[in-house]
Amino acid sequence: MKLQANRRGENLYIYLSGELDEHSAAAIRAGTDRLIDENAGLSRAVFNLAGLRFMDSTGIGFLIGRYKRLKRYGMEMYVENPEESADKILSVSGLYALMPKI
Amino acid sequence: MNEMILKFPAKSENEVFARNAVAAFVLPLNPSLSELSDVKTAVSEAVTNSIVHGYRDSEGWVTLVCRTDGARLEVEVIDEGGGIEDIEQAIEPFFTTRPEEERSGMGFTIMQTFMTDFSVKSERGAGTKVKMSKLFAGAADAG
Repeated sequence: MKLQANRRGENLYIYLSGELDEHSAAAIRAGTDRLIDENAGLSRAVFNLAGLRFMDSTGIGFLIGRYKRLKRYGMEMYVENPEESADKILSVSGLYALMPKI
Repeated sequence: MNEMILKFPAKSENEVFARNAVAAFVLPLNPSLSELSDVKTAVSEAVTNSIVHGYRDSEGWVTLVCRTDGARLEVEVIDEGGGIEDIEQAIEPFFTTRPEEERSGMGFTIMQTFMTDFSVKSERGAGTKVKMSKLFAGAADAG
């Protein structure tokens, strides 16, 4: 798993790439939370999933965890460019109701 | 008709190995990318369940049995771990025994959604066996 981020205006962009499963999620959880904490004053965070080649339901838990953290800071969460497989999982689980796809 | 039996330690780094092994095994059936992705995801869910819930922090082995027959893939994921107390409850969407660990409770729902057939048998203290199959649309002429 690889984690990259940049900040543009009021938006924090978080780019996830690689394979997100139970094994790899542990490695990026702390890094993602640190990015959110460091940018707590912004309006929203956009998770770009274009580089995510694989994701299972661990990804749902991971994204909900970050959503809760962002919510505490009053920040909105969005998802962009999910691959077909991630898109299917996010649709089936109803996650787009919490974090709309843009 | 082809068959494969894999047995590996219940370690989380084997999740990626297991799903990729099944993907490689099923390639002769000429699955679409989307079908292949469905299989990988479902296998990952079942194997992760065995490692995280079946064995928890103890050691053990996960057995993966795959069979192809015509256009159909059958997968069994078997562990000899703690078993599931209440299967009906376990397969409910968003039910998890370990909410404090950011578990989504969607593993069984995804296996059911992404595969053609799905069943789970479990006995407390004896282990769990997930059996699922998928019929590939483009594999009509595969042997």
